Amino acid sequence: MLTVTGVSRSFGGVYAVHDVTLGVAEGEVCGVIGPNGAGKSTLFNLITGHLTADRGEISFLGRRVERLAPHRRARLGMSIVFQAARVFRGMTVRENVMVGMHGRTRAGFVSAALRLPRHHHDEREIARAADTALTRVGLTEWADRPADLLPIGQQRALQLARALCARPRLLLLDEPASGLRAGEREHLAALVEELRADGLTILLIEHDVAFVTRLADRVVVLDLGQVIADGSPAEVRADPLVLAAYLGQAS
Amino acid sequence: MSAFLSYLLNGLAVGCAIALIASGLVVIHRVTGVVNFAQGTFAVVAGLCASSLLGMGLPHGLSEVAAVLAGAVAGLLTGLAAIGRRGTSPLSALIVTLGVGVLAYAVEIVLWGDQPRSAPGLAGSVTIAGARIQTQHLLVICVTAATFVLIALFFGRTYLGKALTACASNPYAARVVGIDTRRMGLLAFAIGGLLGGLAGVLITPLRPISFDTDVTLIVNGFAAAVFGALTRPVITLIGALLLGVAETMAAGYGYGSHQLEVALGLMILVMIVQASRRSTIHEETV
Repeated sequence: MLTVTGVSRSFGGVYAVHDVTLGVAEGEVCGVIGPNGAGKSTLFNLITGHLTADRGEISFLGRRVERLAPHRRARLGMSIVFQAARVFRGMTVRENVMVGMHGRTRAGFVSAALRLPRHHHDEREIARAADTALTRVGLTEWADRPADLLPIGQQRALQLARALCARPRLLLLDEPASGLRAGEREHLAALVEELRADGLTILLIEHDVAFVTRLADRVVVLDLGQVIADGSPAEVRADPLVLAAYLGQAS
Repeated sequence: MSAFLSYLLNGLAVGCAIALIASGLVVIHRVTGVVNFAQGTFAVVAGLCASSLLGMGLPHGLSEVAAVLAGAVAGLLTGLAAIGRRGTSPLSALIVTLGVGVLAYAVEIVLWGDQPRSAPGLAGSVTIAGARIQTQHLLVICVTAATFVLIALFFGRTYLGKALTACASNPYAARVVGIDTRRMGLLAFAIGGLLGGLAGVLITPLRPISFDTDVTLIVNGFAAAVFGALTRPVITLIGALLLGVAETMAAGYGYGSHQLEVALGLMILVMIVQASRRSTIHEETV
C-alpha cells in the first residue's frame, strides 16, 4: 500500500534520513521505532508531504506521491494524528471532526453559498458521521465543547476521530502515546487494536517500544537515519543491532 | 439635538462603509494571515467601475452588481499575486499587496484619469425623529447590516465557512485533513474583494472617488480591523461604527478638514492598546 524506496533527506549536509526503504502492506499495523534523533519525525513528515525528499520514491496505492502537496496526499486517503495538539481552536469538538470530512464532501462554494438542498444534505450526513467517530473514540459528551479546552489525551482522541471521519486507507500516528497517562495509553492501545481488527492499515511512529511491540504486526527500527532492522516484534527485540542502538543510548 | 442625531446617523453610515472595508481585511487575515493593504483598492476599482458603467447608460442594479464583481476579481488577482505561490510567508505577501496597491494606481489613472468621479445613488432624504438622513446613507446601513449577517451565517453555519476558519486556526492541520489552503486563501481574497467592492459602490455616490481614495479607506478600515484584533468581525463592526461617528462628529462640529488625522490618531491609539495585549494577534501568526 505504501512503499518508501531509497528516501533521503539532509539538513545542512547532515542526513536525518538516509536511504530508507520500507513498505506497509494492506491491513497491516507497521511500527517504526528508534531512539531520539533516529529520524522518525523526518520520515513521518516525508511520508505526509510536509517535507520533500532529496532523493528516493514514495508511492501510495500505486501512485507516486513524493511531489504531491500534503492536502493532495490526504485526499488520496492518508489521515494523520499528530503528537502535538493540532486542533482547530474556536470550534467545538464536533465541528473539528466535521472539518475532517473536507476531502470527501462534494458540495462546493456555490451550493454552500446558495444553501442548495444538496448542501444541507451533505451537512447533515457529515454531522452524523462526525458523531459516529466521536462515539468511537469516547468523546460523545465533549462534542459541543470548545476543542482547545480539552486535555491532551482527549485532544489526541479528537484528532483520531477527525482522521477516522475522513475514512482513511492509511492511518499515520505520530508518537500517539507520548504525554498520555497510563489509563489513556491503555484506552488508545485498545482503540488501535479495534481499528486493526476492522482491517485498517496503520503506520505507527513511536518512541515507546513496549507500546509498538504490543500493537504492531511488523516493526521497523531506525537509528541515525537508517533502517537497522525490519521484522516481527519478536525478531526485532532479539536483534543485536537493535539492542546495541538502544543500550548504546542508555550507557 | 436634531443636528446631533443627524451627525450620529450619518456617522453610522460612514462607519458601515468602514466596516465593510475592515471586514474584508478580517476575512483575508483570518484565512491567510496576510494583512491586505490593497483592500482600499478593491473599493476604488468597484466605485470607478460603477461610475463608468452608469455613465455608459447601464441601468442601476446591474451596474452596481457588475462593479462589485469587478472588486471581487481585483481581490482574486491580488490574491494570486500575494499567495499564488505555495509557501509565501504572510509577511512577504503583505509587501506584495502594497505593491499591488501602487500598481493599481497606474492602471486606474490610465483607465479613469486622475480626477475624482462620482456616481448617482439613491436621491432624496428621509427624516427620522427630526433628523434628516440621506436615503443613500440609509441604504449603506441596511446593506452593511445584511452583509454582516450573511458573513456570520457563512462562517458559522456552512461547511465551507468552517473549512475557511480551519485554515486560519491551524493551516498545518487543515492541509492534513485535505484542505487546499492556497485555494481557500484565494477564496478569502475574492470575498475580501467582494466586500471592498460593496463598500466602494456604496460610498461613490456619497463622496467622489479617485485613484488615491484607497489611502483614506484603508487607514479607516485598518483601524477598525485592528480594533477587532484582525480576527473578530463583531468587534471590528463596533470599532468601525465608533470611528465613523467620531469622524462625522469632528467634521460636523468644525474640524472637517482633519478627518483623516482623526482616523490616523485613533488607529495609532488602538494599535498601541492592542500591542500591549498582543496575545490575540501574536497567537494567530504562530
